[in-house]
Amino acid sequence: MSTHATTFGVPHRKMAMWVFIGSECMFFGSLIATYLSYKGKSVVGPTPAEILNIPLTSVSTFVLLMSSLAMVLALDAVQRDDTRQAKIWIGGVIVLGGIFLAGQVYEFSHFYHEGLTLQQNLFGSTFFVLTGFHGAHVTVGVIWMATLLVMAFRGRLGPERSLDVEVAGLYWHFVDVVWIVIFTVVYLIQ
Amino acid sequence: MNEIAEHHSGAHASRSTYWLVALILAIITLLEVAVFYIPFLRTVIAPILLVLSATKFALVAMFFMHLRYDRPILTAILSTGLVVAAAIILALMLLFGALRLMAPA
Amino acid sequence: MNAAPTDTVQHESIYSGSIASWLTTVDHKRIGVMYGATALLYFIVGGVEALIIRLQLAAPEGAVVGADAYNQLFTMHGTTMVFLVLMPLAAAMFNFLIPLMVGARDVAFPRLNAFSFWTWFFGAILLNLAFFVNQAPDAGWFGYANLTSKQYNPGLGIDFWVLSLQIMGIASIASGVNFTVTALNMRAPGMSLMRMPLFVWMALIVQILMLLAFPAITVGLIFLLFDRFFDTNFYVAAAGGTPVLWQHLFWIFGHPEVYILILPSFGIVSEILPTFSRKPLFGAPFVIFSGILIGFLGFGVWSHHMFTTGLGPIADTAFSLGTMLIAIPTGVKIFNWIGTLWGGHIVMRTPLYFAVGMVALFIVGGLSGIMHASAPIDLQQHDSYFVVAHLHYVFFGGTVFGLLAGVCYWWPKVTGRMLGEGLGKLSFWVMFLGMNLTFFPMHFLGLDGMARRIYTYPAGAGWEQWNLMATVGAFVLTLGVLLFYVNLVRSLRSGEAATPDPWDGATLEWSMSSPPPEYNFAVIPTVNSARPLWLHKYGPTRDISTHTREDGTPPQPDHPVERIELPSPSHWPLVAAAGLTLAGGGTMVGLLPVLAGVAVLVVAVYWWAFQPLERPGNPIFEPARGTE
Repeated sequence: MSTHATTFGVPHRKMAMWVFIGSECMFFGSLIATYLSYKGKSVVGPTPAEILNIPLTSVSTFVLLMSSLAMVLALDAVQRDDTRQAKIWIGGVIVLGGIFLAGQVYEFSHFYHEGLTLQQNLFGSTFFVLTGFHGAHVTVGVIWMATLLVMAFRGRLGPERSLDVEVAGLYWHFVDVVWIVIFTVVYLIQ
Repeated sequence: MNEIAEHHSGAHASRSTYWLVALILAIITLLEVAVFYIPFLRTVIAPILLVLSATKFALVAMFFMHLRYDRPILTAILSTGLVVAAAIILALMLLFGALRLMAPA
Repeated sequence: MNAAPTDTVQHESIYSGSIASWLTTVDHKRIGVMYGATALLYFIVGGVEALIIRLQLAAPEGAVVGADAYNQLFTMHGTTMVFLVLMPLAAAMFNFLIPLMVGARDVAFPRLNAFSFWTWFFGAILLNLAFFVNQAPDAGWFGYANLTSKQYNPGLGIDFWVLSLQIMGIASIASGVNFTVTALNMRAPGMSLMRMPLFVWMALIVQILMLLAFPAITVGLIFLLFDRFFDTNFYVAAAGGTPVLWQHLFWIFGHPEVYILILPSFGIVSEILPTFSRKPLFGAPFVIFSGILIGFLGFGVWSHHMFTTGLGPIADTAFSLGTMLIAIPTGVKIFNWIGTLWGGHIVMRTPLYFAVGMVALFIVGGLSGIMHASAPIDLQQHDSYFVVAHLHYVFFGGTVFGLLAGVCYWWPKVTGRMLGEGLGKLSFWVMFLGMNLTFFPMHFLGLDGMARRIYTYPAGAGWEQWNLMATVGAFVLTLGVLLFYVNLVRSLRSGEAATPDPWDGATLEWSMSSPPPEYNFAVIPTVNSARPLWLHKYGPTRDISTHTREDGTPPQPDHPVERIELPSPSHWPLVAAAGLTLAGGGTMVGLLPVLAGVAVLVVAVYWWAFQPLERPGNPIFEPARGTE
């Protein structure tokens, strides 16, 4: 920002991302609270137990976790001024995020054909809105990562830009931990 | 004081730590799925899974998001959001009579 | 509109410049002025809506407006006053004052700040556009589910309401992030958290509340949008859902929102009382910690708005207890304020009148609040005029009087002009009289059984004289507000020029010229006290009343002593806000405007992100010759 010292010794943008993440906790918290409060209150099927595909979602959960690993390795590479590694790992985040999103698209369309639509029952409404907004967050993250990748290819992602990558990374990891929670409370605890 | 210089002054996790954390995360995920398929754990599945996923959450926040190496104010900011959100989730579930679904049936 | 009044004052360069310079400004002071000016305009709009309501209710079987128009009026009155007047008027002060009070040259993110303003500005316009399609929202400011469903409310009014609230919510989140980081991370060297001015403390708590409360209404509104646009069943009982979910989500936001509205006033009063009592705030740490406690407890009491929904005895008891607990930190503050006045060498100026008025009227609102904290009593008072009386004592008596106290107090700093003392005190007394005349009778009306939101009532229920009194009071109140506005305009036209420190203040904003230079601080101060200016002026004494001020010169030099570079103006925040509003509002029209809005937003965000904050042509201030 400026040369003015920061009170906590934390760059403004990094603190801002954390503050935003604190706020996002309440956003996803409200969505999850609604999902859980309405659980088992649908008057018609399909129910979660009938339709949720645990093996598929376990794989995409694993994929998203590994994207977080790629993210920290990308940050590490940018800080070390290792552009080649940075490109590889940012590319890795994009690919893994893309696979997760593809899995979600497959899942949604599969559910739709099985008769679980947004309007079918409360489960459908709460499930699609919760996971849909999470997917939207992943999509924004993928676009953000793609922007960083373009910057890397143009030689504009040196160590002086590592804060850009770190802030983007914080967002990405947060989206990942939200999925950790969703995977548990929506998919595994039925 | 230069932002970037200061930012780099803190301790750092090494790359091997990141790989190790990722390995642990993968193992916990495997455990979670396993718990889901083991019939005799049915009655205690919720608490086990909640502990496992809280562990994953903490690992990502501490290592990948560097909270362990960063200023405590950032942990305080995240905790504020998490505590309020968790309290709201619990309160709403209680109000909607949904909490018993989480307990052993 | 915003530039006009200030053009008449000669010497302040920070407000001169073309319209374009206002549209692209990233200066927190100018953005603050725009927030304030717009909020004061909407205060007139919301006030006129209230006057029509009072005219309609002046006598039994009123026929000024019909039921439909009446529903739209009370909905728009509430929504306008909360989101378009009280919050932005507080935001105006956050903008102008937080950087000055913590010793910073701007907020943490100047362009994000401009984005917040424009997003709010366009969202507010979108809300009021509903009037022009003759379908203003009509489901109350809390838009209870079912009243808002497509089935029972097929018009566009609710869509305008939902979408504009969503858009303004984004503005609130953005400014919440911005001011949290500014207050936490941009304090001058030596300003520990316990040395931070009380106003900044309360502002910080407000930001945290906004960040944690707005997501709940965002989610509630998303569900409502999905119910209305995509036929989902979030609030539909037939599908197993319940309209009560909306009430929960709304009040999880709505109750912290009450503190979002009142805490700025607490902060303002905590600045004004010490200044005009000429002694430090009594027990300042208690005021700070009780503010934090109020903020947190505020998240645990939302269901006291919902006792009549039948939550069961356990929930009712828990939420009753929580609500009563909040009275403790609130009472602590009131005793601290009284303790500040006690034994002080009181200087009777207009800001003090409004501040003391705020404390007095807020106590009345607080006491009726404790009454309906008790669930059985609330069952009697719910949805009656008793609640209307209560909330207006809190919002008008507490929030408006507090904010107007702040307007009077900081007006010289913002404009460089003094307000008229005589007219100021007159406007206070007329408003004070009008406010009590309007809202006190509503206690009796409520206890006599008059329900809220009824557009007319039969003769013979014993409500006539109280209603007439309230209507007369509303016009007295209007007269008081008009006098206040006349005072503002007269001050801008011909007010006495303000010195840097007209009230002998204790905080940093009084250390530089009025209005402040563009860069705020020629030298970033080092702070050694919670009252840095009193320390500077009087030395280390707690009792300044016996001291005379020897040095009239403010500590800040008139010219920069180092090279100061400020961020460049940018039009991208404005464009991004316009794109966002187009995308949001466009959902009522069709896919094309939505896509266009998103495209504009994306382009603007990318330009913004890749445009350096400081680039060639940005304002640069060099030290005057000879000082180097």
